[in-house]
Amino acid sequence: MSDTARSKLQRILSEGHLAVTSECGPPRGSDPEAIKEKAEMIKDYVDAVNVTDNQTSVTRLCSMAACIHLKLMGVEPVLQMVTRDRNRIAIQSDILGAASFDIPNMLCLSGDHQSFGDCPQGQNVHDIDSMQLVQTVRMMRDEGKFLGGAEIKRPPNMFVGAAANPFADPFEIRVPRLAKKVAAGTEFIQTQCIYNLDKFEEWMKGVCDRGLHEKVHILAGVTPFKSAGMAKFMKKRVPGMDVPDEVVKRMSDTPKEKQPEEGINICVESIERLKSVEGVHGFHIMAIEWEGKVPEIVERAGLYPRPKID
Amino acid sequence: MIIAEKKPIEEIIGYVDDCGKLLILGCNECVTVCEAGGKKEVGILASALRMYFLNQGREVKIDEITLERQCDHEYLEEIRDVADQYDAIVSLACGVGVQFVAEKYHSQRVYPGVNTCFLGATEERGRWSERCQACGTCILAYTGGICPIARCAKRLLNGPCGGSSNGKCEVNPELDCAWQLIIDRLKALGRLEDYEKLLEIKDWSTDRAGGPRKVVREDLQI
Repeated sequence: MSDTARSKLQRILSEGHLAVTSECGPPRGSDPEAIKEKAEMIKDYVDAVNVTDNQTSVTRLCSMAACIHLKLMGVEPVLQMVTRDRNRIAIQSDILGAASFDIPNMLCLSGDHQSFGDCPQGQNVHDIDSMQLVQTVRMMRDEGKFLGGAEIKRPPNMFVGAAANPFADPFEIRVPRLAKKVAAGTEFIQTQCIYNLDKFEEWMKGVCDRGLHEKVHILAGVTPFKSAGMAKFMKKRVPGMDVPDEVVKRMSDTPKEKQPEEGINICVESIERLKSVEGVHGFHIMAIEWEGKVPEIVERAGLYPRPKID
Repeated sequence: MIIAEKKPIEEIIGYVDDCGKLLILGCNECVTVCEAGGKKEVGILASALRMYFLNQGREVKIDEITLERQCDHEYLEEIRDVADQYDAIVSLACGVGVQFVAEKYHSQRVYPGVNTCFLGATEERGRWSERCQACGTCILAYTGGICPIARCAKRLLNGPCGGSSNGKCEVNPELDCAWQLIIDRLKALGRLEDYEKLLEIKDWSTDRAGGPRKVVREDLQI
């Protein structure tokens, strides 16, 4: 690994390969086998695996512990961390904890609002926001200092990422918002699931016009539909999701037993088209509770085998 | 102003069911404007309680007083001579007033008659909404005069999040996205470029995080 690369993911991106990441949602229980089984299915087909942090605000096994399980299996983890549940003390402490296991990638998020989860009566913290979390981990890493100014012995050494949703409103600030995340110190971006490719391309054009694609690695997010019902649900119920009518129609017009296959087809076609979009440096494949399909998507999209990095 | 909402009568009955003499104490300030604890609401609560006790076949004396303010010594002194005549006082002031009555009349039972909700404004009659969380370090100069701490569900200083949709918040489709409002306002001011300034990590020590707060103005002290 080069001196500057902190992770395999960073190395692959800096060498100009198209990176492939995926994600594993930890279980609603303490059995580590659940996370290991998911990782086992995908580990040879992706460069790194995100571990979600109590996604949709539903309480689960913690992201850091799951990342450690992955690391022990030889799978490179991306630690997702939300600002919803931690103040700046806990955030810095967790960053150090992750660094003590040499977890090499981190994705900084604000997190879904707790009203969507299993503890809607709980408090949220939001002591800092996702951009300030990027700033915090970069300061800890690059300056070797805590937010309070004291020196860190053996600072963390992570490749720092953030999310971007090109489809949320208002659209006009979606490029400036990315610029802000880049200014905060973001090194890689994983986007919201892309179904409206025209709109994504419009956003990417704005990104490239400002030269942001040369400052940050953008991994395009894709999620295969398992069914027409899922497509409709994502369109109507998931905030910030843009699923065009023709995509929903394509799923609905497919006989039920063929819908999973059609969902994979759409996903693979999307990756093929996105490969030619300037500034797209890889793919983040979020096969929600369908991790077993990741190898097929990666293979069919021509992204297999993965580059070997020692 | 401080916005409050009337507590359910059943809850209030639960507090005072054993009493023979009650004082319902209103406040002529914020709770009068938001129609939760002024003279009119004192009268309504007193009538409802009288009816309840009458139906129970019990004789309970209920008096009504509305003070100019419950958050000032001067006005609270007005009930000095009568306060101890009651088994309990139900204060319809905000939480500040309720506590000030309790502090001043130390051995008297004092109950809240309203739920104190937030610092807000009247959008229209019967509709109030939050504007300020009294964080102690105002940032409105940087956010186009719209507060993301009070009005963003995640109090993001560098929003909006990915859940902003058609100007509304993902948490509740009735709720405006504070960051959409900020962006619209920056645009109206011709200062949209200000959006790209990163707001720094906030010092919350002037918020409730720093413990109960006090403002001391020595120049005003006698």
